[in-house]
Amino acid sequence: MSVVPMERLFDGADWNFGTLQRIHDACEHIALNELGLDVYPNQIEVITAEQMLDAYSSTGMPLFYKHWSFGKHFAHHEAFYRKGLKDLAYEIVINSSPCVSYLMEENTATMQTLVIAHAAFGHNHFFKNNYLFKTWTDAEGILDYLDFAKGYIARCEERYGQIAVERTLDAAHALMSHGVDHHPGKSKLDLREEERRERDRRTHEEQTFNDLWRTVPTGPGKSASDLGVERRRTALGLPQDNLLYFLEKSAPRLHPWQREILRIARHIAQYFHPQRQTKVMNEGTATYVHYRIMTRLHGMGAISDGNFMEFLRSHSNVVFQPTYDDPRFPGFNPYALGFAMMQDIERIVTAPEAEDREWFPDIAGKVDAKGDAMPVLRDIWANYRDESFISQFLSPRLMRQMRMFHLCDDPAQTEGVVISAIHDERGYRRIRRQLAREYDISWTDPNIEVVDVDLAGDRRLLLRHSIVNGCLLEEKTAAQVLQHVADLWSYDVRLQEVDAAGAVLKEHTASPRKMNRAA
Amino acid sequence: MNIVDRRLNPRGKALENRQRFLRRAKNVVQQAVKQSLQSRNIRDVMDGGEVSIPLDGMEEPGLRRGSGGVRDHVLPGNKTFVEGDVLPRPRSGAGGRPEKAGEGDGEDAFRFVLTREEFLNVFLDDLELPDLAKRRLAETEHENPTRAGYSVSGSPANIAINRTTRLALMRRMALRRPNPETIASLEAEIADCNDDALRLALEAKAKALAARVKRIPYIDPVDVRYRRFENEPKPVAQAVMFCLMDVSGSMSEHMKDLAKRFYMLLYIFLSQRYKHVELVFIRHTDRAEEVDEDTFFHSPATGGTLVSSALEAMKTIVAKRYRPEDWNIYAAQASDGDNSYSDEAATARLLTESILPVSQYFAYLEVGDADREFSSRSALWRLYERLRSDGAPLQIRKVGHRSEIFPVFRELFQRRQGRERVAT
Repeated sequence: MSVVPMERLFDGADWNFGTLQRIHDACEHIALNELGLDVYPNQIEVITAEQMLDAYSSTGMPLFYKHWSFGKHFAHHEAFYRKGLKDLAYEIVINSSPCVSYLMEENTATMQTLVIAHAAFGHNHFFKNNYLFKTWTDAEGILDYLDFAKGYIARCEERYGQIAVERTLDAAHALMSHGVDHHPGKSKLDLREEERRERDRRTHEEQTFNDLWRTVPTGPGKSASDLGVERRRTALGLPQDNLLYFLEKSAPRLHPWQREILRIARHIAQYFHPQRQTKVMNEGTATYVHYRIMTRLHGMGAISDGNFMEFLRSHSNVVFQPTYDDPRFPGFNPYALGFAMMQDIERIVTAPEAEDREWFPDIAGKVDAKGDAMPVLRDIWANYRDESFISQFLSPRLMRQMRMFHLCDDPAQTEGVVISAIHDERGYRRIRRQLAREYDISWTDPNIEVVDVDLAGDRRLLLRHSIVNGCLLEEKTAAQVLQHVADLWSYDVRLQEVDAAGAVLKEHTASPRKMNRAA
Repeated sequence: MNIVDRRLNPRGKALENRQRFLRRAKNVVQQAVKQSLQSRNIRDVMDGGEVSIPLDGMEEPGLRRGSGGVRDHVLPGNKTFVEGDVLPRPRSGAGGRPEKAGEGDGEDAFRFVLTREEFLNVFLDDLELPDLAKRRLAETEHENPTRAGYSVSGSPANIAINRTTRLALMRRMALRRPNPETIASLEAEIADCNDDALRLALEAKAKALAARVKRIPYIDPVDVRYRRFENEPKPVAQAVMFCLMDVSGSMSEHMKDLAKRFYMLLYIFLSQRYKHVELVFIRHTDRAEEVDEDTFFHSPATGGTLVSSALEAMKTIVAKRYRPEDWNIYAAQASDGDNSYSDEAATARLLTESILPVSQYFAYLEVGDADREFSSRSALWRLYERLRSDGAPLQIRKVGHRSEIFPVFRELFQRRQGRERVAT
């Protein structure tokens, strides 16, 4: 590419709002015109360390309802930060429109450039274009919805007391990981509509309130005993793997406000669900984008050599991958893996070797008119999630480069742990399949479903955990969560852990606690 | 693109969540504070500090897989392995070999920092203080706004009208702004004037004056002055607090702990009121000595019990270092009530003649075991009670449990309240 010289954006480490504006414009120019990215409008917010800690504790969102657990996280992070054990992130970015990026005030000008390129363009593009985010999140509505949730929960606390609301929220939080839909429904989630619906329902209730209804005697309820098991299960929509949804709709003794709180927790869980499924891709995209933009800025002379060195230093810290025997090894670093894969794909597209042509016939050598790999990358960024991305695009070359191997720990194998595949011809596909599986949420999260309710009898709720690979639930937390389910359901709850053959390996039960029963 | 500077937003957004967290963790935090009190000095009771609490009831459970079952891992950095190698498991258990650090067996204790207010609040809560007294103690230092001249900026409510108009007048005179009288007389002159040429000249002059009036405003922003206030701290005063304690063998750890809390409370109270508070520790058996805080509470001593020896020591120290004219002297004595019979006369004499006249306040705390009823009255108690009925300004109290400490100070607080009412 031709190098168009550009005026130096800044000198040294200091910056002001004018500098930020210039940096943003320069990045925007490269991102839109050269990389062909498509982003939400940007909003850049400069924050202090305390505000960053704040954002940490409320899952990164600028506004959130009140709950003790956020206070706990804040205290925890703060203690670490004060002792100097932990640095804070340089930025946090929110999947909303406009896309809000928080920048720490103490970043140097180089870091601000890096962060703007990373968050305001990399993540932003990914949020706007990836199919998961498109299907499951409503970027325009999220901030309004959070505002509604915050207000709603505050009003509930006023009306029904902090303790009661807290108990419901505790239960909802415990079930959040099992409160998401996995299959797109008939309509796209519209969070603004949600808020309106709740308001309308309340006004309708207030308008049609008539105390007389309370005094009308009710006849004996219709017996459900004649319903067949199959019909009953269909009527309740069973089996159901969205526990929060099931409890919201079917728990017999919840108050309307409690159902609404469960609904709020469910929507928030659903909003974050795509992020859990795209860690590697999301960070890989953002890192790749910032690397391209920074290199280009340096090439054009907009960043001095010294500042570029500073960038390279923090960039290589970010994409550092310790090996398995390193005491620092935390598992795969999503930045490192993502960035390595993006660069590898770029190489496959622009300079494929024979092996690449064999493994990736669809993308090898498919450069655009400018000789760039961006069209292929943009297409990948839009249409994959971590699991499918890795299972499609992890190349043998990268496996060799990172020297990946597959370890299988089977208790039946008494001698020890088996190395079941390494980075060789026989192992490539197995390693790739296994690594992809580790990023598949539906594989890593235990699969728990509501299977039956004994409506005719004691109304016991029956949950089932389908065991994979003989791995049971962690007993202590499972009991705690089940207690929360029982409190919401207000009758006994049983959780069976069933293996593939249908044998029940373990059973947990819980009964509702007294105070919740007082409905 | 929008750039927003959020740094100026109000701080403490997380405060409400923190309070909820502390409310939920109240019991364990209280326990932790209690423990940390044992190891801290009286002086440090006012500082916040790091506490470590167990995570009981603070977990956020989720449905997760436990250990066990067949586990697969893909790891980077193979050096020597080939397919089919079998590595022996570490002896510790069945868990997968490369235990993922920082996952699973997470935090069972939780460390975080309490602020000074929070720490004090928990401490005072534990002593079951009445709310009013608690507020009084926990409130931070008072500063009174006092007038301090004028400033060019300020709130409209504080505008200084006299000063502003005076400055405006000075400016108008200096710039020769025509006053209304001059213009009125000129206009009268024009009305009376018959000569055309003269009138034209006068009218031109009037026009020039009118233009000048317009150019020079009656009140200009540069004239405006505001009343300025400065926060002035309360007058500096100093106090010395004498901690007297019987350390003979009959004092149990529990009693010493009660005494320590008693001293802490008095210290908090004094440091609210005085800029500078000094502590003097005098321990006594049958003879008294001035010691440092650590020795005071922790090193054992044996011997008989002569209260007068401590009072004698206090008297000498006062005479040597703390002139009653310069210092507010507070004394707090803790004992289990033993005193040898022969010492009574000397104690009474010392107290009434030398100690009480120079002290602002003298409190005696008789500490006992939590479960034991105070059946018989001790020698010291009887003596002090007699002195009190003779009109000596003594506070005496028997305490078996920490919630009973506060009433000793009740009068101290009430007196302060009364004084404040007079002051406002």
